[in-house]
Amino acid sequence: MSTNSIVVKDLRKTYKVPEREAGLKAAIKSLVARKTKDVHAVDGISFQIEPGEIVGFLGPNGAGKTTTLKMLSGLLYPTSGELSVAGHVPQKREREFLQQITLVMGQRSQLNWDIPAIDSYDLYRAIYGIPQEQFTQARDEMIEVMQLKELVKKPVRNLSLGERMKAEMVGALLHQPGVLFLDEPTIGLDVTMQRRIRAFIQEYNQRYKATVLLTSHYMADVQALCKRVIVIHHGKLLFDGDLTALVERFSAQKTLVLTMSDMNGRTPDMAKYGTVVTQEPNRVVLRVNKSDAPQVTARLLADLPVTDLTVDDPPIEEVIESVFDAPETSE
Amino acid sequence: MQRVQGFAQRVKASLQVYAVGARIAMLERLQYPLASLMFMVNVLIEPIIYLVVWSSATAAQGGAVGGYTAGQFAGYYIIWTFVRQFNLAVGPDSFNWRIKNGSLAGELLRPIHPIDIDLGWNLGFKVMQVVYWIPIGVILWLMFKPEVNPQGWQLLSFPIVLMLAAYVRFFVMWLVGLICFWTERIDSLIELYFAAELLFSGRLVPLEIMPVWAQKIAGYLPFQWTFYFPIELLLGRVTMSEFWMGVLAQVAWILAAYVGIRLVWVRAVRRFTAVGA
Repeated sequence: MSTNSIVVKDLRKTYKVPEREAGLKAAIKSLVARKTKDVHAVDGISFQIEPGEIVGFLGPNGAGKTTTLKMLSGLLYPTSGELSVAGHVPQKREREFLQQITLVMGQRSQLNWDIPAIDSYDLYRAIYGIPQEQFTQARDEMIEVMQLKELVKKPVRNLSLGERMKAEMVGALLHQPGVLFLDEPTIGLDVTMQRRIRAFIQEYNQRYKATVLLTSHYMADVQALCKRVIVIHHGKLLFDGDLTALVERFSAQKTLVLTMSDMNGRTPDMAKYGTVVTQEPNRVVLRVNKSDAPQVTARLLADLPVTDLTVDDPPIEEVIESVFDAPETSE
Repeated sequence: MQRVQGFAQRVKASLQVYAVGARIAMLERLQYPLASLMFMVNVLIEPIIYLVVWSSATAAQGGAVGGYTAGQFAGYYIIWTFVRQFNLAVGPDSFNWRIKNGSLAGELLRPIHPIDIDLGWNLGFKVMQVVYWIPIGVILWLMFKPEVNPQGWQLLSFPIVLMLAAYVRFFVMWLVGLICFWTERIDSLIELYFAAELLFSGRLVPLEIMPVWAQKIAGYLPFQWTFYFPIELLLGRVTMSEFWMGVLAQVAWILAAYVGIRLVWVRAVRRFTAVGA
C-alpha cells in the first residue's frame, strides 16, 4: 500500500520562450531565424513531505510554485529530476494516481457554472466510481461542515466567490484523496470565508491523514495550517523548515512595544534606542536589531518609567519579504 | 480474470459517466430554454432556406430537379432538420477554450478520458434538441407536405444508421479538434472543415444533384454518412446493398477516427504536459 508521501529530487522545468526585438524588421527576421530563450521556472528543487503533513509552499508571483504543483499533479512533464507522489510517478498519469490526488486552484473553477453544484458532485461520483452510500455520506458531511446546504442547490454562477470556493473544495475532496495540492484556495475571500476554508482543510487533514501542500499569499493561512514551510524564489529553494525557524533565521529585527507612566508632558528622545515605528504620549513602538534587543531593553527599563514592555518578532509578511530579498542560497 | 473484471468495471463506470453526463447536459439545456430555442432557430434557418429555394426550383422546372420532386425535397430537408439535431457534436474549437480557460487541466486530473464525459454530455444535449425539435418538425411536416416512403426495414434500421451517423461526426470532429494542442489558430482550418462538410455531406443539396466529380470526392470523405445517407434511407431511396455498404462505411469511419484519437491523444497530452496550460 502506498503512503501519501511526496518526494521531489532535483526537479527542474525549463520553458523555451520565443524572443524577438520590437518592430517590423525584427518580426520578419524572426520568421527566418526564430530566437528562443530558456526560462527556468523550477531550477533544481528537492524536498520530501511525510504523509499527513501540511506544508506551506511560499514564494512571490512567478517563483515557480504553480509550475511545481502542476508537475506534482501530473499536469506538467518535468524537464529533469525525480518525482514521487503517493508512490506514483505523476507524469505517468496513472488512473490509481489520479484517484489519490486533488489540485484546487483558487482562480479556476472546476464546477459546471450552469447547474447546481450538487449535480456536478454526482458526475464526480460517477467519474471516481465512489459507491453511492459512501458518496452520500461524505457529500452530506462536507456540505454540513461548509454550511452549504441551500447553496449547493443553486446554479454555481449565482454563488458568491466565497460560496463557490467552498463548493469547489467539497467537489475536490469527495473522492477522499490522500494528497491535496491547494493553490491559493482562499484568494479573494473575506476573512470569515478564509477562516472557514482553513478549518475545513485542517479537519480533512486530521480526519483522513491527508498530505497537504498549500500555496497562499495570505500568511494567516500559513500560520494557521502549516508548521513547516518551503520557500522558493526564481525557481530555487530558499528555505525548508519550521515556520518558527524561518522567522528566527530571516528576521534580523525585533519589535519593542513600550507603555510608560505619565511623563509630565516630557517627550523622551526614543531615536537613540532604535528605529521609531510609532510614538504616542505614553506608548512607543521601536524596531531594533535582534542582537541589540537585550541591551536596548535593559537601557529602556533603566532610563524610562516603563509600565509594560513586549518584545515581538516582526509580522510574518515582513519576514517572508526579507527571505525573498536575501541572497539566493539553497539548502 | 482480474483483467476482465477490471474491464467490466471500467465499462460500468463509463456507462455511469455517460448517464450522469447526459443528465447534466439536459439540466443545462433546461436552465436556458430561451438560448435552446434560439439555437434551434439558428439550426433550422439553413434547411428552411434550402427547402424554399428547391421548392421554387422544382416548380420552375415543371415538378422535379435531379430526380427529386418538390415533396421529396420537402422530405429531404425536414428529415435533415431531425438528423441535424441528432448529429450535433462537440465542435473542434472547443479544445481551444478548454485549454485557454483551464478546464482541460481539470479534466486531465480526473481518472477518466475526457471523451467519455463529452460522449455523455453530447448524448443528453441531443435528447433535449430532439425534444425541442418535435413541435417544429410537426409544423414543417404540415406546411410542406413531404413525400416520405420508407419500407419497413428502412424505417426500422433508421435509428441505428442515425446513431452511427452521430458517432461518425462526433469522433471525426473530436479528432480534428486535437489540432488545437499544436496551434491555437485553427479557425481557418475549422472553416475549411465545415465548408467541406457543407458541400460533401448532402447538407447543402442532395449529393445526387452534385456533379459527378463532387460525388467521387464525397466517396473518400466521412461527411455523406452523417447527413445524406440517413436522410436518403428514411426517404426510402436506399437499396439494401447501398444500406449495407453505408453501414460498413459508417463503422469504418468510426473505427478509423477512434484509432486516430487513441494515437493522437497520447501525443496531444504529452505536448500539453510539456508546455503547460
